[in-house]
Amino acid sequence: MRFLIYRYNPETDDKPRMQDYDVALEPTDRMLLDALVRIKTLDDTLSFRRSCREGVCGSDAMNINGRNGLACITSVAGLKEPVEIRPLPGLPVIRDLIVDMSQFFKQYHSIKPYLINNDPPPEKERLQSPEDREELNGLYECILCAACSTACPSFWWNPDKFVGPAGLLQAYRFITDTRDQATNERLDNLEDPYRLFRCHTIMNCVEVCPKGLNPTRAIGKIKELLVKRTV
Amino acid sequence: MGLPVRTFDAVIVGGGGAGMRAALELARADLRVALLSKVFPTRSHTVAAQGGVAASLGNIEKDDWHWHMYDTVKGADYLGDQDAIEFMCRTAPEVVYELEHFGMPFDRLPDGRIYQRPFGGHMQEYGRNPVQRACAAADRTGHAMLHTLYQANLKVHTQFFIEWMALDIVRDRDGEVLGVVAMEIETGEIVIFRGRCTLLATGGAGRIFASSTNAFINTGDGLGMVARAGLPLQDMEFFQFHPTGVYGAGVLITEGVRGEGGFLLNKNGERFMERYAPNAKDLASRDVVSRAMATEIKEGRGAGKDADHILLKLDHLGSEVINRRLPGIREIAIKFANVDPVREPIPVVPTAHYMMGGIPANYHGQVVAPGATGPEEVVRGLYAAGECACVSVHGANRLGCNSLLDLLVFGRSAARQIIDDLKRNPHLKPLPDDAADRPLARLARLETQKDGERVAEVQAEMRRVMQAYCGVFRFGDLLKQGVDKIKEVAARAGHSGIGDKSKTFNTARVEALELDNLIEVALATMISAEARTESRGAHDRADHHQRDDANWMKHTLWYKQGNRLDYKPVHGKPLTVEAFEPKARVY
Repeated sequence: MRFLIYRYNPETDDKPRMQDYDVALEPTDRMLLDALVRIKTLDDTLSFRRSCREGVCGSDAMNINGRNGLACITSVAGLKEPVEIRPLPGLPVIRDLIVDMSQFFKQYHSIKPYLINNDPPPEKERLQSPEDREELNGLYECILCAACSTACPSFWWNPDKFVGPAGLLQAYRFITDTRDQATNERLDNLEDPYRLFRCHTIMNCVEVCPKGLNPTRAIGKIKELLVKRTV
Repeated sequence: MGLPVRTFDAVIVGGGGAGMRAALELARADLRVALLSKVFPTRSHTVAAQGGVAASLGNIEKDDWHWHMYDTVKGADYLGDQDAIEFMCRTAPEVVYELEHFGMPFDRLPDGRIYQRPFGGHMQEYGRNPVQRACAAADRTGHAMLHTLYQANLKVHTQFFIEWMALDIVRDRDGEVLGVVAMEIETGEIVIFRGRCTLLATGGAGRIFASSTNAFINTGDGLGMVARAGLPLQDMEFFQFHPTGVYGAGVLITEGVRGEGGFLLNKNGERFMERYAPNAKDLASRDVVSRAMATEIKEGRGAGKDADHILLKLDHLGSEVINRRLPGIREIAIKFANVDPVREPIPVVPTAHYMMGGIPANYHGQVVAPGATGPEEVVRGLYAAGECACVSVHGANRLGCNSLLDLLVFGRSAARQIIDDLKRNPHLKPLPDDAADRPLARLARLETQKDGERVAEVQAEMRRVMQAYCGVFRFGDLLKQGVDKIKEVAARAGHSGIGDKSKTFNTARVEALELDNLIEVALATMISAEARTESRGAHDRADHHQRDDANWMKHTLWYKQGNRLDYKPVHGKPLTVEAFEPKARVY
C-alpha cells in the first residue's frame, strides 16, 4: 500500500517534505496505526504518538487524506491511495506527525475544567438524577485528541484567543453539571468576542470528531444561556 | 557529572490513576511535587478501563466490605495479603465517594445515587449470590476517572512534566532512593529529579505478550528501574488473561457485558460456563472463565472456521441497554470485530490483561525488600502504587473492578505515607557521584551500537516467546524451554540498536529504552512461572494441576542479578477481622 507521509526533523531539515512509502501490509494490519507501526519497523526515524490503539486515549490524531481523525480507528481498507498523512493542521510541528499541543491544552485549561462546588462534601455521594446525569452524555467522553479544534478555521486564526470546540465542549460539560456551582463565573469567562463568539458554526468539529460528539451544539447551548442571562 | 538537577519534596513517575490520585493528595498538602509522565496524563492506560470500580456501597442490594474482602481473598486464590485486602475493601466506599466529589460522572440510580452493576466474582454473603458492586460510568469508567483526576489536579496546580520518561532510580550506597534520572522526550535532555520521596506509578507491562489488551506504553518501566537497582520483583508468574479480548485485535471487551447479562457460547451455541461454574456461570473469576474458554477451544468447540475463538452474545439485552450501558463496547465491536453486537455476537479470546505481580510494597505504598531485619524491610525513599506495585491485594488472580479501586486506595495511602515521612525527616541526602551512571551508560550504548538487530525485531520475538511458552495453560517442559529462549532474547536485546540518532522527539530511542524494561519483566515472569510447580489463580500448570498450599503458599521474589529466586510468607492475618482460611475455590 502506498503512503505519502509528512516528514520534518528540525535538526536536519530546512523545510518539511512528503516521503513516499510503499509497504506490504500483513492481513492483521487493519487500521492506519497498524500500517504506521509497520512502516516504523522499516524506518525507525518516522515519529508519531500512539498509545491505547483503540480510540480512547487521543494520542494519534492526524490529518488523513485531508481529514482529521485517529489513526488507530481508521481502517486502511477505506483509504484512497496514496494515503496522505500530515500532522494536525494549525499547530506548530515538533517533528514529523507530532505537533506541539500547548496552545490546545492552554485553552482547555482556561475554562477551568474541574468541578467547582464550595459546599462541604456530604458523607456519601452528591445526588444527581439520571436525567441530570444524562445531560453530561456527549460531553464527558471527549478524549482531548484535538481533531476538532485543529479542523476549525476560527481556531487556526486565533488559537490564542478562541477557546476552540474542544475547550467549549468541556466548558459546557461543567456548566450543565448540576453539581457545579460556578455557572455564572463560567459564563463570564466566555462572554467575549473571541473566546466563545469566534465560533461561526462551520461545524468542521462535528464532522471530524472521532467520538461522534457535537461541540457546535454545546456552543449553541452556551450562547443560549448567555442570552437568557441578559433578559 | 554536570547534569541539571531539579529538587522536589516528592517525585511521582506515572500519570495514570495511581500517580494522579497521589499527586492530588500531595498537592493539597502544599508539597512541591513533580509528576513525570511519558504521555499526556489522560493518555495513560487507566483511560481504557471500562467496567467499573468496586466498592460495597450497597446502593442497589445489601452489600458489606467483609463480603468484598472475602471475594477478593478467594479470587486471589488465597495468595493475597489479607491485611492489605482488608485495608482496600474497607476503604473502598470512602475513596469512591471522594472521586464523586471530585466530579466523576458516575451513572445514577433513580434516587440519584451511584449506579452499580454486577461483575465477575462479586458476591453477597461470602460467595452466595451475585451482588451489584461495580460503580460505573457507562463502559468508560476508567476514562471518566482519569479525566476527573487530571482535572482535580489542575485545580490544585500540580506540576506536571509531560512527555518526560524516567530512565532509572537514583539509589545511594545505603540503599536509599533519592530520585530518578529522566529524559525529556521532545529534546532528549537528561535531568536528575531529586526528591526525598519517589513514587513509582508506572502501570502494567502487558506488552510482554503478543496478544494483549494493553496500550503500547505499558512497558513495565517502573519494574525495569527497580530490577536494575538491585531490588526484587514479586509474584511475576501471575499474569491475568482477560476472558474477552476481541479476537485478532486484542482490544478489551469489559466483563460488564456479562455483568449486564451477556454470556459466552461455544460453536454449538452452548452456554458452556454453566458446566464450569454452575453458580456464578459467566461471572466466575477471570482465571476460571479464561481457562474454560481455552479448554473449549482446545477440545474443538471453538467458533469460526478455525474453531479458535468464543462468541460473546449480548443482542438479547436489546439496543436500549446496549446503547445506554455499553456504548463504547458497541463502538469497539463495530470497529475491531466488524460486528454490531445489537445483532450478532462478538468473537473473543482470552487475552493478556493485567499483572498481579510487581514491585513489592506494603499497604502504605512503601517499597519493601528482604534485608537485615526480615523479608519486608522498607526501602527508604521509594514508594509504589497501582498496577506496577504488588501489595499484594490481587494475589494470584485479580477481581474485576479491583484495579481502579487499587489505584485510588493505594495512590492515596502512598501519598499519606509520604506526607508523614516528609514531616518526620525533611532532610535531603546528597546525590552520589554515580547517580546517573546507569542511565547514561544505557543511552551511550544506544548511541554507539553498530550492526545491532532492530529493537522492533527483538521486541516482536520477546512477545512471541512469552505468548507461546507462558500463556493461559502452562507446561513444565515448555516453561523450561521458555526460560532458555527468553534469556536468549534478553541477550539479543542487549545488542539491539536504533537507526534514529536524533535528539528531537526520538520515539525509536524511547522504544529501545522501553525494551530494557520489558525484558526484565519477561525474564521475571517466565523464570518465576517455571519455578512454581503448582496451579493457583492465573498460573495454571498442566504438569501440576492442583494448588499446593503446603509448599507454595508463599510469594515469589525474582532478582535480576543471576535471575535468582527467593520466597517470603503470605500475610494470612487481616488487620482487625478473622482470617479467611484457604479452601477449595468453587464458583
